Amino acid sequence: MLHEPASEPLGKDFAIAYKTHLGIWMFVWYCVFYAGFVGINLYSPVLMEKIIFSGLNLATVYGFALILVAVIMAIIYNELCTKQEKLLEAQANEEESK
Amino acid sequence: MVIAIFLGFVIFVIGLSVYLGRKTKTSAGYYAAGGQIHWGVNGIAFAGDYLSAASFLGICGMIATVGYDGFLYSIGYLAGWIVALFVVAEAMRRLGKYTFTDALDSKFNSRGIKLAGAISTLIVSVCYLIPQMVGAGVLVEPLLGIAQHWGVIIVGAVVITIVATAGMASTTYVQFLKGGLLIIFSTALVVAVLLRGFNTQPTQGGKVPYYNYKTIVAPEVDGKITVKDPGYQFVSEHDDKASHSRLVRLSHEGQESWWSFDKGFLRETQFAAVTADGQKMVNGAPASKENSLRQVGNIELLRGGKMATTGSVTPFDMLAALSDKNTIVRRWKDAKFVDETGAKITVYFQTLTPGNTLMRPGLKFKIQGTPLEKLDFVSLMLALFLGTAALPHILIRYYTVPNQASARKSTIVAIAAIGFFYILTLFMGLGAMVNGVINPADSNMAAPLLARSFGNMFFAIISAIAFATVLGTVSGLIVASSGAVAHDLMDRFMKIKMNDQQKVKAGKISAFVIGGIAIVLGILFKGMNVTFLVGLAFAVAASANLPALLMLLFWKQTTANGITASVFVGIISSLGLIALSPDLFKLYGLDPTTAPIPFSNPGIISIPLSFLTLIVVSLCTKKKETESEAAVEAVS
Repeated sequence: MLHEPASEPLGKDFAIAYKTHLGIWMFVWYCVFYAGFVGINLYSPVLMEKIIFSGLNLATVYGFALILVAVIMAIIYNELCTKQEKLLEAQANEEESK
Repeated sequence: MVIAIFLGFVIFVIGLSVYLGRKTKTSAGYYAAGGQIHWGVNGIAFAGDYLSAASFLGICGMIATVGYDGFLYSIGYLAGWIVALFVVAEAMRRLGKYTFTDALDSKFNSRGIKLAGAISTLIVSVCYLIPQMVGAGVLVEPLLGIAQHWGVIIVGAVVITIVATAGMASTTYVQFLKGGLLIIFSTALVVAVLLRGFNTQPTQGGKVPYYNYKTIVAPEVDGKITVKDPGYQFVSEHDDKASHSRLVRLSHEGQESWWSFDKGFLRETQFAAVTADGQKMVNGAPASKENSLRQVGNIELLRGGKMATTGSVTPFDMLAALSDKNTIVRRWKDAKFVDETGAKITVYFQTLTPGNTLMRPGLKFKIQGTPLEKLDFVSLMLALFLGTAALPHILIRYYTVPNQASARKSTIVAIAAIGFFYILTLFMGLGAMVNGVINPADSNMAAPLLARSFGNMFFAIISAIAFATVLGTVSGLIVASSGAVAHDLMDRFMKIKMNDQQKVKAGKISAFVIGGIAIVLGILFKGMNVTFLVGLAFAVAASANLPALLMLLFWKQTTANGITASVFVGIISSLGLIALSPDLFKLYGLDPTTAPIPFSNPGIISIPLSFLTLIVVSLCTKKKETESEAAVEAVS
């Protein structure tokens, strides 16, 4: 290739494949959840008026859920990625010391 | 006192940037803060970058005027961070150095990508800059009592100072400070709204007496409106197609006024006019500080009750009461036209909306309308979802942290902070809607004016933070744009020989020029809702940048030519569709129904088109690029 690497060396990341795979799956699941919101609005907008609990309608509950689920999924993703990074790094260090 | 708090805050921000500027000597320091920012700080700085004038001023303003439809922007903007976290964050940190183009070009070293990436960064950043500058103008007008264009000029000058002194380091700490303060004081504002509760005749805490708008019985017989009150005489009628309203001019004791017709009743309006000889009038008298439009917005019936005061409410109580079908909210819309004397008239008229309709999508986006109107809604939600991960000023923030794990963690902090703020927008917007604080001529000031109803001190603090919001976002955008000019175009595309200090100087000069352009555009686009404008910037970013970035990461057949073509097609198609849309026709002063493109959000066409272009061009050029790479390797 005819170019210099654009980034500074960042150190070895052993979990790239795992994180990419996990990221795509979580992205797809969130997409389905988001598409559900758009779909209900398109095909049955009046359903959004339906009271779900404590006087809150489906639009409010679903809207808040889209925000809260994003936060929860982000935390889960970070936990799984950090765990895998530590595990693979430990394995690599072990192999190196052998 | 109000001005002192405001100016103190601005001076502190400039002082901070000058202090940090002394430490910035290298390109890495100027464009990426040396890559040494802590992920927690970077996460809140992300929130500071992202929670722009569009979020604080625009979304709250839109919720205050069209209810839940404004909250759709909050949902879409937040959801976009999922794309950033799961797909883009770590890859960006791994691939890039200073700019978005660096990442795009990391595998190719292509001049085409450098040019396309730089142009795309500039266009998206300028599209995003316009609403920020418009927001700055509307903020300083009531706060400092100066004209809108002076607000734009002040922001431009301060931002140029910030960026030209320290670049990304000062921008990051300004964003951190402002992001944190914005969330804290927005929470305080929401708590104040909940403690005040509802009143069907709001008085802004006793400061502004409630104005009772008159209603006259006026049955329609054979298509003709008959005014039953003998004190009023019918003068003329205007059927306004754009706002779907019938407006009637009546004369009362020699004074003319406009009324809106609604099912056998004429309702009092507010109206502004610019006469043929240029005189500005408000409600029939010359416009002045004492004679300006009244602030509006209240609950007409609370769960069916005509006169009601609730005392403090819980967050759930507030949303439940406003979602009730027996709650009726008085909203305000406008109709603009030229009358027979050549005067430009704007009539602000009431419309009564039940809670069940208000608290679901449909008042702005016609999801129960024609297939094209539904498509417009899908297009908006698509662009909001995909636009975040394609905004250059957001993407370059991944270079300010030391490694991929920090990039990921800072995104999570950002999602939590931004998500919490977006939940607050619903309460701030609805609070403004029912507390009689909305300026009918400009919805952007809903949140600061809501704060003013709790006291001038609160107003000054919220306005100073909102102003810092604009400063911070504009700083980030100008850093991204100056990087595109100095690093991508001058250094890497034109190959102008510069040492590290010259590169920093080139970046600062670029920041100065782009700041100047932003000032001019901010003045030209006065009066448009800032969230709407940012929504368009998202559409351009999602069309021009995201397909190239995603395909680079996940499709091995992607070629340099494919990326270049995709970026250019994304830019041209999205901008072209926007330029020919009904909303822009309104801006040009043309009839929006004659616009050749029947919807306002281009993403549904331009994003797939950009993906398709990349695939087709990559497949057509794959063999050629592989051969040329092999030849180069053989020679070397």
